[in-house]
Amino acid sequence: MKNNHRFRRAAGAALAASLLMGGLAACSSSGTTANAGAEGASAEDIAKALDTETTLTVWGWAPQLEPIVEAFEAKYPKVHVNLENVGTGNAHYTKLQNAVKAGSGAPDVAQIEYNALPQFALSDSLVNLKDFGAEELKDNYTASTWGSVNLNGGVYALPQDSGPMAMFYRADVFEKHGISIPTTWDEYVEAGKKLHAADPKAYITSDTGDAGFTTSMIWQAGGKPYTLDGSTKVAVDLQDEGAKKWTGTWNQLLKNDLLSPVTSWSDEWYKGLSDGSIATLIIGAWMPANLESGAEAASGKWRVAPMPTYEKGAAATAENGGGGDAVLKQSKNKAAAYGFLQFANGPEGSKIHAANGGFPSTTADLESDSFLNAENAYFGGQKINKVLVQASKDVVPGWSYLPFQTYANSIYSDTVGQAYGSKGELNDGLKAWQDATAKYGQQQGFTVTTK
Amino acid sequence: MTTTSPVADAPPLVQSRKRAGRWMGWAFVGPFMAVFLLVFVAPVLYAFYLSLFQNQMVGGDKFVGGANYLQALGDPQFWDSVIRVAVFLVVQVPIMLFLALFAALALDSGRLRASSFFRISVFLPYAVPAVVATLMWGFIYGPRFGLFGSINDFFGLNLGEPLSSSWILASIGNINTWEFTGYNMLIFYSALKVIPAELYEAANLDGAGTFRVIRSIKLPSIRGAIGIASIFSVIGSFQLFNEPNILKALAPNSISSYFTPNMYAFNLSFAGQQFNYAAAISIIMGVLTVVVAYVVQISGSRKDA
Repeated sequence: MKNNHRFRRAAGAALAASLLMGGLAACSSSGTTANAGAEGASAEDIAKALDTETTLTVWGWAPQLEPIVEAFEAKYPKVHVNLENVGTGNAHYTKLQNAVKAGSGAPDVAQIEYNALPQFALSDSLVNLKDFGAEELKDNYTASTWGSVNLNGGVYALPQDSGPMAMFYRADVFEKHGISIPTTWDEYVEAGKKLHAADPKAYITSDTGDAGFTTSMIWQAGGKPYTLDGSTKVAVDLQDEGAKKWTGTWNQLLKNDLLSPVTSWSDEWYKGLSDGSIATLIIGAWMPANLESGAEAASGKWRVAPMPTYEKGAAATAENGGGGDAVLKQSKNKAAAYGFLQFANGPEGSKIHAANGGFPSTTADLESDSFLNAENAYFGGQKINKVLVQASKDVVPGWSYLPFQTYANSIYSDTVGQAYGSKGELNDGLKAWQDATAKYGQQQGFTVTTK
Repeated sequence: MTTTSPVADAPPLVQSRKRAGRWMGWAFVGPFMAVFLLVFVAPVLYAFYLSLFQNQMVGGDKFVGGANYLQALGDPQFWDSVIRVAVFLVVQVPIMLFLALFAALALDSGRLRASSFFRISVFLPYAVPAVVATLMWGFIYGPRFGLFGSINDFFGLNLGEPLSSSWILASIGNINTWEFTGYNMLIFYSALKVIPAELYEAANLDGAGTFRVIRSIKLPSIRGAIGIASIFSVIGSFQLFNEPNILKALAPNSISSYFTPNMYAFNLSFAGQQFNYAAAISIIMGVLTVVVAYVVQISGSRKDA
């Protein structure tokens, strides 16, 4: 058994894109865990672990986790799952990072978003799921989400939800002012001008600067500002062609006061989404459930259209948010933990996830007739999943996040945010963000190159 | 010598009782000392220990001696945050203490109607948790749908945007003043209450008016309380954290991640995993706060002499 795994690991390393990459990965895993060979497990091992009295701790905040855990416990009555919500987003990562650093107290399984995954994967906190045969699951997931969990030749999480971007818009507002629905960014800017001229209280969208939004917009424009070479070499270029394409459009909106200065997720924001003063949202496919609960009053008025593009007719979009579940190296029962992942992020879990308002990353669910043809009453009966599933296929490939993306995002408002605050030049803000990010990377021991 | 001789002359029994008494004292402070060592001294020492190291995502831990301190002393973001709280201290604290003093003197004058209602209503904001208070003010400050926005709309005014970067420090100062004026008022008021009535009688006989009494009797008598309140406020200003950290969600571009030294240390350690550097910054801030508080105390007691 053991030898088999060693062989698989060695083969995996040899197959990895670069020799250096593989060498480092092998080095770090054998160097930090005393019994590296015992890490993986076969299907029988996993089945056996799920039939043994165990308790698993799972950290996550996604509301869909609760019904998934219930179904899991019903199917595997010997495994008890403690689902703990230790915070949302950064608060969750902080606690997770602390537990990793302390060497104990981490859960067996943790929810991790795609942009935070490199940080935990490359710092050797997560189990490479290839050791459990996760590689075979590749075709179950969309290309972009599988790409997000595939780092340096390893698989560090199984995707749960995804957030291909689309344009959510207020059909009533566009109709009232006789403005056509924009399909390109130029049309979008024009629509923004017309709308604000017709009603000074209405804005085409709201944006006070959001790191996740900015990176996704650069992603859609074809930018690749972050490149990883091995696990220690990083290149940051927030002034590449894609970044400049985005700022070229967004500067026009920002400088002409066409963006509602309301911060996302605030009370004011939800009010704006309800009363029509925010006419569109360029956001991930997970938004419908949030609109239904946060802007109830606008029921029937929102619609979904593909994200505007730079070239007419050339569909392109990006992922915005979304994430999966990972097994922590600290876990004492990795086989059972992986068994949980197989359930939660596999066919059974993803159905429960989708039924509870999540947007899946599994191709089977995305392609199912019932999902595609579901008419959403909030969206006036529109089959919104048709648009959103198409978006998941149009994600521009080749994107990667930094291994310290959560920190980079935390200083976004110090840099790009300043450009937003003063309605200045976004390129200057991006340059400042690049410099601050590079400085941090160097302090953390990475070799960082900037342009 | 004379003080020790009775002990030396005392019979052995008394002596042993005295010795027991010496340990008895320790027994009484023991629980306090244990907790004090555990939750104050140990964390400070641990923070100091941490501050001598550097942890990198690539490379792990290494001992760097005073490098973190040198880095902090030359870190423009750190000084930016220190200067910001210093400005806050110089402007907000005097305003708040003056208002508190005014309210305390008004209460003490005995000429106020419904004085207990006044007292409780000025004090009440202190009972509101800082988080709730900040959220509440955040809604009031909202430029579009908040009270501020509504007033602007209704009267066609432009009162400025309290959450914009040029106003945010003043807006936070306003929240803090609202929160802590009542607390300081209570300190001053209780100090005023213990002034002996004879002094007022004497002043009365001398024909002193209300303001003369305030200037010559009340203010000098509560100088100690003013000193205490000042030191609390100095410490509070340097430790500013809750209000800006919560308002950041509403005004992300006005409040940087290094808005105050505490926020800087917090973000460094919990967003950036730079625990060691954050520890160095915390130690420097601790020392700085002690120095400033000491200077305030010294200058207060010099006037006393």
